[in-house]
Amino acid sequence: MTKKTPNDRSLTIENLNPRVIEVEYAVRGPIVIRAAEIEKQLKEGNHKYPFDRVIRANIGDCHASGNQVPVTYIRQLVAGCTYPPIMNSKDFPSDIKQKVERLLCSCGGKSLGAYTESQGIMTIREDIANYIQERDGYPANASDIYLCNGASDGIKTVLKLLMNNDAKTPSGIMIPVPQYPLYSATLSEYGAYQIEYYLDEDNNWALDIDELERALNESKDRCVPRGIVIINPGNPTGQVLSRENIKNIICFAKKHRLFILADEVYQENIHLSDSKFFSFKKVLMDLGPPYKNMEMASFHSASKGWHGECGSRGGYYELINIDYDVRMQVNKLISACLCSTAWGQSVMGAIINPPKPGEQSYELYNKERTEVVNQLKHKADLVSKLFNSIEGVKCNPVMGAMYAFPRIEIPEKAIEHAKSKQMAPDAFYCFQLLDKTGICVVPGSGFKQRPGTHHLRTTILPPVDQMKDMVEKFRAFHIEFLNEWK
Amino acid sequence: MTKKTPNDRSLTIENLNPRVIEVEYAVRGPIVIRAAEIEKQLKEGNHKYPFDRVIRANIGDCHASGNQVPVTYIRQLVAGCTYPPIMNSKDFPSDIKQKVERLLCSCGGKSLGAYTESQGIMTIREDIANYIQERDGYPANASDIYLCNGASDGIKTVLKLLMNNDAKKPSGIMIPVPQYPLYSATLSEYGAYQIEYYLDEDNNWALDIDELERALNESKDRCVPRGIVIINPGNPTGQVLSRENIKNIICFAKKHRLFILADEVYQENVHLSDSKFFSFKKVLMDLGPPYKNMEMASFHSASKGWHGECGSRGGYYELINIDNDVRMQVNKLISACLCSTAWGQSVMGAIINPPKPGEQSYELYNKERTEVVNQLKHKADLVSKLFNSIEGVKCNPVMGAMYAFPRIEIPEKAIEHAKSKQMAPDAFYCFQLLDKTGICVVPGSGFKQRPGTHHLRTTILPPVDQMKDMVEKFRAFHIEFLNEWK
Repeated sequence: MTKKTPNDRSLTIENLNPRVIEVEYAVRGPIVIRAAEIEKQLKEGNHKYPFDRVIRANIGDCHASGNQVPVTYIRQLVAGCTYPPIMNSKDFPSDIKQKVERLLCSCGGKSLGAYTESQGIMTIREDIANYIQERDGYPANASDIYLCNGASDGIKTVLKLLMNNDAKTPSGIMIPVPQYPLYSATLSEYGAYQIEYYLDEDNNWALDIDELERALNESKDRCVPRGIVIINPGNPTGQVLSRENIKNIICFAKKHRLFILADEVYQENIHLSDSKFFSFKKVLMDLGPPYKNMEMASFHSASKGWHGECGSRGGYYELINIDYDVRMQVNKLISACLCSTAWGQSVMGAIINPPKPGEQSYELYNKERTEVVNQLKHKADLVSKLFNSIEGVKCNPVMGAMYAFPRIEIPEKAIEHAKSKQMAPDAFYCFQLLDKTGICVVPGSGFKQRPGTHHLRTTILPPVDQMKDMVEKFRAFHIEFLNEWK
Repeated sequence: MTKKTPNDRSLTIENLNPRVIEVEYAVRGPIVIRAAEIEKQLKEGNHKYPFDRVIRANIGDCHASGNQVPVTYIRQLVAGCTYPPIMNSKDFPSDIKQKVERLLCSCGGKSLGAYTESQGIMTIREDIANYIQERDGYPANASDIYLCNGASDGIKTVLKLLMNNDAKKPSGIMIPVPQYPLYSATLSEYGAYQIEYYLDEDNNWALDIDELERALNESKDRCVPRGIVIINPGNPTGQVLSRENIKNIICFAKKHRLFILADEVYQENVHLSDSKFFSFKKVLMDLGPPYKNMEMASFHSASKGWHGECGSRGGYYELINIDNDVRMQVNKLISACLCSTAWGQSVMGAIINPPKPGEQSYELYNKERTEVVNQLKHKADLVSKLFNSIEGVKCNPVMGAMYAFPRIEIPEKAIEHAKSKQMAPDAFYCFQLLDKTGICVVPGSGFKQRPGTHHLRTTILPPVDQMKDMVEKFRAFHIEFLNEWK
């Protein structure tokens, strides 16, 4: 670690980009740093913790949490693209071999090691367009698809387009509360105005149009409202919006001429049998004119769903109804970083173009996929029920995504104590939970929430036994916490 | 392609982020777009071009240009990490198997599909630190290493730190002319001030300290100078800086308290026997106090060298002597996008930790590597000699990197004609070259250059025969061009 030498430095906290200082990202924030310290001490052996492992329930990472092993089909495809000689083995599925050959023929020098087109490999974009078309029943075009280094990268690019660089009246973007903190982090980085709209906890985290109007109205003098972010299914809140709700949001956006950013990365994580995913694009198109000409962007990712390939940094966005001249500018902007990772592109391509019944790799693929999906459904149901069985804890159903976001009542004394330590009450609660049980979750304050409420976000990814164990430990901790601070 | 519908749009050229409009990136700019159109027509068959293929010499992409096939060692390692069962084959080299197991043990759930630590997988960072230490003879620390999505991604992050968000007197960054246009594109995007310093063409593109002083002095009233970018080996100019030159630059940066960004992605592309790469860090350390405490960042990439894995988006930067509080802010900033592609990280790890003599994969690795390196050396020498044999064309030696940057004399009439079409003269020249011969190179104006001079940048990557053919076609075109416009 480099020493701090005073005086002479060219880069200190004083002259560091002030917007960088404003950025916060709780999912890998202070509590996670603390969890890593504890893990280190546990490993070294000489410690006094009443547990022997940290349960990492802070981040939506399927492979790391033990939720699943990588899906064989995806890995065979990517390995075949990486080092084609392995496909000579007679065990190598013929359908995957064909897909590899088609993909590599679309790459410079038939290699994933060549820079791809800036929007991404053409055959993958065609496959994505097909996927979207099959999902929605409306045409999609490869030229509207942009492969990116994870959805996060794409989201940052699209938000950038909406910035006006006006310090006095900056661009304003509507973001949900609670929200996935990439949005607040990015808007801080860009110096944009965050127009926060509260999700309705009493109504399964739905979007209330009156609330959208309120939020927009109160911000109008301080910014130029340009866009609205909707996360569906929601993170951390897990709601799957009804078709009616989506329709109302679209009408609201039309009325106020807002660009819609539809973060739909959890579109393949729908758990409750009476929940159904409707893509914003489909509802937009179904509405007909004038809505069907509205501009929007939809984001998808290789990191979630049943595939969980977080490390690949695969993802894409579809730009819908974008002005042609603007699109040319987008293409120019993204060209300066050349392209996204070809490996991530190939993973994304594998995900949206899976084996079909009858193909050699189908049986194993279907078995693995079904197992992962069923596990997630089971845990989604189980976890919210378990949390609801604890007094002072209330958890909305986990309709979709990968998280439970229970609301916890924190005693007044604990709240005051937290404030005296300049901590959000739920952050104090979560640090205590970590120190006493080894459970690492993210405080609700990291996602923002209605003032006076307290939450925490846990994933539903650890294996069933671990999750049950975790909730029981949590129950015991909570009872003790209430006692200690009554 | 989506139709343009007027009136009602929320996002048009008028309200698009103005800084996005200012961004330019010639390497994938208008001439490359034109080349793609021509390729399409050639493919369709019905055309009148006097050639049957486009020679793509515009971008430093080894696999795409046919310079080489992927290095077996790298691909076996990455494929093994992707789908471990392939390592059960008895042909699979044991040393690679060990490396794969070590790497996967460092990943969540033993999978490349897990998010990695935000700075990147620890074992890879340790290996990079070793690589740096062996290269320079000074200690390097894994905690100073940051894996990123290609060096471009890292460069944008580091430049971001130096921004002050002051529209009246923005941060200023010194950048070379000619330069790799990622720098001007990024500084336009950030609204920063570009302090351009001319490289000395008459002195093999060296950096002249008087010129640095001039550039800085003339900019002082319009910006707050914060950093200096040096590309060594140079792009597009190919110079490999002498130790003395590097020392002078360091002293200059110290005097003016500038943060050094050393773009060293071509450190493994040194062609001339009397050229030697000196890392900025080594020279800094050799200089002792007070220089050895100066802050700087050094960038390396998986895209260049003898490996050429452009599509992987592997890369890293080392932050040297950075203030600890600033480092914590950097760690926080990068955490919001979670991590770079684990596949790109594994490629970078393979590159800086190659097989050693005696290991099973060494022989083939050494053969493949030597072939690529020798080809590049041969072409570097050949290409500049060939260009210099054409009247009205003068080319500095290609000491390093992957490009020749010949200077061309363009007749006055052609210059006027170009201006009447609002084109830079060398852009007009290159468009003519493309239309008449199928050769696609990037006009010097895309990299900026001394006013009144004209250049073009070609890669030296196509196979030897193609390169010879290309230069002969170029010679014929040039003579005809001179005739046409005399």
